[in-house]
Amino acid sequence: MLATIGKRLVTVIPTLIGVVIVTFLLTRVLPGDPAVYFAGPAATPESIAEVRKSLGLDRPLPEQFLRYVSDLAHGNFGNSLSTGRPVITEIASRLPASAELTLLGLVLSIIIAVPLGILAAVKQGSWIDHTCRIVATAGVSLPVFFTGLLLVYVFYFQLGWSPAPVGRLDAFASTPPHITGFYLIDSLVTGNFESFRAAFAQLILPALTLCIFSLAPITRMTRASMLAVLASEFVRTARASGLDDRTVIITYAFRNAMLPVVTTLGMVFSFLLGANVLVEKVFAWPGIGSYAVEALLQSDFAPVQGFVLTMAVLYVALNLLIDILYGVIDPRVRLEG
Amino acid sequence: MKRREFLKSATALAAGTAISAPAIFSAAAQTRQETLLLVTENGPNNLDIHGVGTNRPGYEASWNCYDRLISHETKTLADGSLSYDLDKFKPELAEDMTTGDMSVTFKLKKGATFHDGTPITANDVKWSFDRAVSVGGFPTVQMKAGSLVNKEQFVAVDDNTFRVDFIKKDRMTIPDIAVIVPSIYNSGLLKKNATEKDPWALEYTKSNTAGGGAYKVASWKPGVETVYERHDGWVGGKLPQLKRVIWRTIPSAGNRRALMERGDADISFDLPAKDFTEMKKDGKLKLVSNPIGNGMYSVELNVKNPPFNNEKVRQAIAYAIPYQKIIDAAMFGHARPLFGAASNTVTESVWPQPTGYSDNIAKAKELMAASGVGPIESTISFDLGDAVNSEPIAILIQESLGQIGIKLAINKVPGANWRSEMAKKSMPMMVNFFSGWLDYPEYFFFWCYSGQNAIFNTPSYVDKDMDVLIDGAYAAAAIGDKAAYDKSVTGFITKAYNDVPRIPLFQPYLNVAMQKNISGYQYWFHRQVDYRTLVKA
Repeated sequence: MLATIGKRLVTVIPTLIGVVIVTFLLTRVLPGDPAVYFAGPAATPESIAEVRKSLGLDRPLPEQFLRYVSDLAHGNFGNSLSTGRPVITEIASRLPASAELTLLGLVLSIIIAVPLGILAAVKQGSWIDHTCRIVATAGVSLPVFFTGLLLVYVFYFQLGWSPAPVGRLDAFASTPPHITGFYLIDSLVTGNFESFRAAFAQLILPALTLCIFSLAPITRMTRASMLAVLASEFVRTARASGLDDRTVIITYAFRNAMLPVVTTLGMVFSFLLGANVLVEKVFAWPGIGSYAVEALLQSDFAPVQGFVLTMAVLYVALNLLIDILYGVIDPRVRLEG
Repeated sequence: MKRREFLKSATALAAGTAISAPAIFSAAAQTRQETLLLVTENGPNNLDIHGVGTNRPGYEASWNCYDRLISHETKTLADGSLSYDLDKFKPELAEDMTTGDMSVTFKLKKGATFHDGTPITANDVKWSFDRAVSVGGFPTVQMKAGSLVNKEQFVAVDDNTFRVDFIKKDRMTIPDIAVIVPSIYNSGLLKKNATEKDPWALEYTKSNTAGGGAYKVASWKPGVETVYERHDGWVGGKLPQLKRVIWRTIPSAGNRRALMERGDADISFDLPAKDFTEMKKDGKLKLVSNPIGNGMYSVELNVKNPPFNNEKVRQAIAYAIPYQKIIDAAMFGHARPLFGAASNTVTESVWPQPTGYSDNIAKAKELMAASGVGPIESTISFDLGDAVNSEPIAILIQESLGQIGIKLAINKVPGANWRSEMAKKSMPMMVNFFSGWLDYPEYFFFWCYSGQNAIFNTPSYVDKDMDVLIDGAYAAAAIGDKAAYDKSVTGFITKAYNDVPRIPLFQPYLNVAMQKNISGYQYWFHRQVDYRTLVKA
């Protein structure tokens, strides 16, 4: 097992090298001149040249690239031009915010979507199947910012049940000490239940928004793959052998239907983590997606490079995890295959 | 644990909470009372205005955390709102200002200290002014606008006295000392944090405030939150009432509005015109709106290249713009019109003021015919970062110019590229906004119309007569010759309106919403919030 993981990790290295080169080139090729942008209002050609020099942008590209790679080798992702902070600390503080939100949204989604998908497959054509279809279509066709704004409007503005959508914590609540960066965990570990309650209350609406959005792929995938499995011969044999419905569906059919579902989960998770910029904007969530987009809008290279690199590493790790899970779920699919 | 013991301890616990709970609540109420929650679309990217690429919200941090030698008095406007007074200065860190013929001398207030407790001396002031003219980029250009150029101009006479020598007589010099750039920095602290590569410690001041202003930044999470605490030893003015200011970034305009209407935030700053007009109608909040001084939206035509090098074509366009429709659709009626005066020959030296143009398609067609230029195909560009305002303007202009045979394509330029596109001076036509800090007509013209062809002179308009008039206004202002000044100013405005390289549309407003218990908000030339005068009842 360990050897196979090691083998897998070795194949990852060329991917990462490719990502480093592509992100570097991509950010240089992008239109927009950071020197002009950062020279600010009332810039003169001389002041733009001064800024360009201080940013090191007057050097030839290969030299800039070498500097970038050697910085990376030292664990230095560079400094964001716009905030002046090291990119690594920004990402370290924003990644947990995104991850906490995404995980909660995904867990919510799995709790609803997987049973719904199974039921829809078992009772094909019934009202549950129709509900499943409606939920999936609605979830995927409503843009996330719309769902988010609607939830804010109903639960915060009209009913007042939810706290103000001002980010991870209410402005007057105290931030739990940084242990994992997940506010729910950090506040529980330190026994700060007041912060836990505040952080959890802030999480509900954005997590629900993500949940609604991700319901569709998960239910549809569960349903489709369950249908395929239920039609297969071993299920018929199991039924013919007189096993009860529960055993047939959960133990035999669902276990075999899980592979495509897990693949979808992995894809949905990585998509939600980096691409839910709109949800982050609506809920003022200090996540990693909005960080990257803002940096991009300001031609701020370092955070964009850092973001792409982090996401690439995460994606690779996630894929590895899913491959290992495959082996656990279905012993026929071992990594050697 | 036995049942009885458990019950006993549970009661004790309950009693304990019962006693302590009110204390916690009242403490929380107290902090809320002394804390302001401000929400805006963007937060600072740098706490120091001297930094490379500091954004507008960053200016707000600098304004509140650093002192200047002098500042402006407050005046009450006709609508009852407060504004800075352009013509009257008051001491801030200086207690006294003496203007000589070719220099100005400041005596520093006694007992003034930086946030870390070090006394503020004239050497700190000298170091700070040196820094402003040396770091390059925006701060240095801004200093130059007031003829503050060389380090040799700044003299620390003794610990308590600071002198600025003029390189030439310039009316902008004193106002330029009252803008945000010549803030006073803690030179001792910054010298300690300076490195060989960064002799002015710009890295340190990016995320730390090293001043003596009324507030200091207690914590800063870029893009999320900035928390200020009051500097209780502040001597620059009356000690502010608010002990803490929490400034949250809420990107969604709808949510900022919801926060205000639910009473969860105290101030929402720089509202879109749409929210402003609707909230004003509701009447639940206190809304203040001030025209942005020395600022206007305009359509700018590149006069270097055909077809807009033809004056008649430019005038035809100025007669074909649906001005009122633009104000109604883009600004929801909430803007000051800059069109429809009796004539393009102006008689008063005020700026900005309406042009003689108005929506008159017949006249536009006539001018187009007289120009001898055939059907035109061109593009109109705007900054996507300002799409809320600029996009409807561009669309209305596109539609209207179609009637006089000018076919326009719309070019949306991403915010990050806007400045570099402007610098290239290749866009034939654009919708743009400009405003100058120093609220004088010649200052606007210096940037936008003069032969130095600065980045804001987007039409590339270069005209010898214009330069003579602008220089004339500067020279007349420096010696206080009112008659000559008025003649030059009315002269250059009239010329600008007849040649129309840029077609003024309207002067926008700066809009603020506050809860009813907030008072003391004041409009500033820098268009940011000054926390020092705010009071929460």
